[in-house]
Amino acid sequence: MASDAPAMAVIHGRSPIFYRRFDRKDDDQHQTHYCPGCGHGIVTKLLAEAIDTLGIQDRTILVSPVGCSVFGYEYLDVGNIQVAHGRGPAVATAVKRSRPDSIVVSYQGDGDLAAIGTAEIVHAANRGEIVSVIFVNNAIYGMTGGQMAPTTLLREKTTTTPLGRDPAVHGYPLKVCELLATLDAPVFLERVALGSNKQIMATGRALRRALENQVHGLGFSLVEVLSPCPTIWGLDPAEAQTFVRETMTRTFPLGNFRDRSASAVPRRLAVTVPDLGELPRILGLGPASGADGASDTVVPASPVPTADHRIVVAGFGGQGVLLLGEFLAEAGLSAGYHVSWLPSYGPQMRSGTSNCHVRISAVPIDSPVVSRPNVLIALNEPSLRKFLLSMEPGGLVLYNADRVPVDCAGNDVRITPIASTAIADRLGSAKVGNMVMLGALLEATGMLPDGALDRALHRLVTQESWYELDRAALQAGRAAVHRMTAAPAEPSLARDPAMG
Amino acid sequence: MEPQLIKGNEAVVKAALLAGCRAYYGYPITPASEIVEMAALYLPEVGGVFVQAESEVAAINMLYGGASAGVRAMTASSGPGISLMQEGFSYLAGAELPCVIVDMMRGGPGLGSIGPEQGDYFQIVKGGGHGCYRNLVLAPASVQELVDLTMLAFELADRYRNPVVVLADASVGQMMEPVSFPEPRPVPAAPAWAVTGTAATRHNLVNSIHLEPDVLEGHIRALEAKYREAERSEPRWEAWRVDDADIVLVGYGIVGRVLRAVVETARRRGIRAGLLRPITLYPFPTRAIRALADTARAFAVVEMSTGQLVEDVRLALEGSRPVETYGRVGGNIPTVEEVFQLVERTLVGARVPSEVSTNG
Amino acid sequence: MDVARDRGAVAIDRDECKGCGLCVEACPPRVLRLSAELNRYGYHPAEYLGSGCTACGICYYVCPEPGGITVLRRQVA
Ligand SMILES: Cc1ncc(C[n+]2csc(CCOP(=O)(O)OP(=O)(O)O)c2C)c(N)n1
Ligand code: SF4
Ligand code: SF4
Ligand code: SF4
Repeated sequence: MASDAPAMAVIHGRSPIFYRRFDRKDDDQHQTHYCPGCGHGIVTKLLAEAIDTLGIQDRTILVSPVGCSVFGYEYLDVGNIQVAHGRGPAVATAVKRSRPDSIVVSYQGDGDLAAIGTAEIVHAANRGEIVSVIFVNNAIYGMTGGQMAPTTLLREKTTTTPLGRDPAVHGYPLKVCELLATLDAPVFLERVALGSNKQIMATGRALRRALENQVHGLGFSLVEVLSPCPTIWGLDPAEAQTFVRETMTRTFPLGNFRDRSASAVPRRLAVTVPDLGELPRILGLGPASGADGASDTVVPASPVPTADHRIVVAGFGGQGVLLLGEFLAEAGLSAGYHVSWLPSYGPQMRSGTSNCHVRISAVPIDSPVVSRPNVLIALNEPSLRKFLLSMEPGGLVLYNADRVPVDCAGNDVRITPIASTAIADRLGSAKVGNMVMLGALLEATGMLPDGALDRALHRLVTQESWYELDRAALQAGRAAVHRMTAAPAEPSLARDPAMG
Repeated sequence: MEPQLIKGNEAVVKAALLAGCRAYYGYPITPASEIVEMAALYLPEVGGVFVQAESEVAAINMLYGGASAGVRAMTASSGPGISLMQEGFSYLAGAELPCVIVDMMRGGPGLGSIGPEQGDYFQIVKGGGHGCYRNLVLAPASVQELVDLTMLAFELADRYRNPVVVLADASVGQMMEPVSFPEPRPVPAAPAWAVTGTAATRHNLVNSIHLEPDVLEGHIRALEAKYREAERSEPRWEAWRVDDADIVLVGYGIVGRVLRAVVETARRRGIRAGLLRPITLYPFPTRAIRALADTARAFAVVEMSTGQLVEDVRLALEGSRPVETYGRVGGNIPTVEEVFQLVERTLVGARVPSEVSTNG
Repeated sequence: MDVARDRGAVAIDRDECKGCGLCVEACPPRVLRLSAELNRYGYHPAEYLGSGCTACGICYYVCPEPGGITVLRRQVA
């Protein structure tokens, strides 16, 4: 033939998308590792040709699976990422989202895509990720030596279905295109095969379509390729091709299951990126400003050097327990103290009990856990009983009721009943009961200077209407303390040197 | 920036964004759900990527994709979700992909509880995935430290091309404390090895498979060398009042703070106690702990797990000093009072008369 | 047959070929066969009979190897 060369031109030859030499062991650096007659080789070749035709070699990123095609990256001279079994669609999702100009191809076998990676493929398809998936369905686990695949045909013998696939035991062949066609998002779903020359050419066209869709920014495209595995099937390559054509297609009918290439609207994933200097504002890290636009009230910071308020706020969910604690912590911070706020959290927030630990201290806080509170705000009786015994002697309890249960009194802590819910009700909303308690606490202890709450109110109260109500509630709480004529002098909340 | 009161789970996202993180993939789980919610809110605003994954398996593999594409990326979860991610940890370390994973530990095993615990120590610090790899592990004890260590995590991840885990008991994520956020850092350019879909990166390959025994051994040795380097350069810890301590308390995260209060209590009672709080759990501050054996007579390890951290302390001490251990689990946080009793017991066990230290 | 008048010709890379025979089966004018000889890997590689190729390209597409077969076409002068 060499003598014909001057008159002859190459019309089909090794695609430039293939590496010239494959980085494989030994010296077989131009052959693939696939068995003679394996469909993976043909699909890889068709893929290379599609990449070449569309001129997208530099942009293409091939995501290689676990399976016989694990070494896809050795062949195609494109960006390459080899991934865990079945996870290609998840990896492809992230690559495409962050690199919207790339053309991401997830290449997967039937075990990879339709068994271990079922969740990943369904959800990538359902999100309409702008990626192209090549699904090589050979109805068997090739790489691990011939176990049943989800796509194995009925009655087919495999090493794990030695008596043949029995639907009553092993279920039915999983039809991926049909399954994905129930989803709204996919743009292109097509099943093709390698069972004849014609089918192979159709496969080439389908692969090109799947890539083209991505080039145009259309959504999710998947091509399922019925593919021979002569080695495991125990057929010679020509017989295997016949099996694909005549037998596999009976279970897996060829055809298009979705084509919205013409109607789908191209999407660009690119986003506007703000200046770095904008970040603090976007993240709300700048100077705080409240609902009414007022900036922080700067409270003259003269913290009491011995201050060590270890506060437990407890009640049932919905009483504003956590918010009360947050107000305290925020106010403590405004007043120049070290603060911490630690909530109980989770489902119990929706009902049942709720509590939080707040510390307000002149020195850095060692532990945010309050195991020996010197202040307890108990918004219901179970909370009072639960935390009373852990109180430090000399501590102060504000209890949401008219009177203190007889058996709770007489401890060496002072229990002041403040009917905060009732007071709040009279103000128009039981919801501000927590603010009544907060007012009472500040009045009873003087633990924070006037004005310390301003910033907390600005930050935490976002609606003007609530703002007034909250202020009224705070005032009502302070007044309630004044009415408690029996209230003794300031409790000692200073750091107790004998804390144990 | 001016300190602001902020919840740990919110702060961690802001810290990540300030550190140049521009991709987040996550699946909700208490007590880490606020993280995925904050990420959903802020990532799009800064021009980043947010994906709510279909599972933690998908999330960690998205992290693999984002890291492969040269983006600073993170995810967060808690016990059950972190267990599902273990396959991904192994692949990320094997493929040498930098990324950050936050684990807000909850009670286990199984569904356990949503309360704070430290039961993920083994699976994170020792590695719960297959193969010879390590995670770099940072253990914050406060919201400020959560912010600082999250930002550091991205630096370490890039420096070592390895996953870095911010390992905190759930209370650190749930609590609010004042935080001063640093200025935003520029988003770094994609590293040269990344696969970004450009002509310049076309020959790049992200991969963890090496079938040739010698090739794989070489790869593992290279990973090992990185870990040795981290062991030399990266151990971090807080040592407090240890110089004259008879007894050194060891605990990380929230426990470290409880132990600080215990040390104060003990000192007031005339017991010379000190605190060693590991900040990096891998690499572990082994030498720092070993050095304390020269002066301290006994050690007490306190953890919110049943004997996980204590193993590393015992290894560090190589039997040179008695080690007492105390753990609370199930969502309980050890109290100052309980631990103080442990201190007294330990000292009796180590025959250190507390009278000798009345001037402490 | 007159080689000089053939529309096309094929070149087979003996050592890349794995002797699967798919090209032999697929070639419409049946101008390919598996060689009786073995290549260096021990496969019977495909070989071109030397004439009769129409340059249809089918053998190229059915071949699983990237460069197993090269198809050439006579240039029209
Ligand atoms: C988590 C995990 N489980 C199991 C395996 C083993 N494994 C490797 S490939 C494979 C099946 C491959 O079958 P398929 O996806 O159909 O690809 P094929 O080899 O047939 O092309 C399995 C089970 C693995 N690598 N990882
Ligand atoms: S085992 Fe089957 S799928 Fe795997 S390379 Fe061989 S023929 Fe191809
Ligand atoms: S190009 Fe066509 S005619 Fe020529 S050898 Fe190949 S299949 Fe036969
Ligand atoms: S199809 Fe390719 S590998 Fe198979 S016999 Fe023909 S040339 Fe050889």
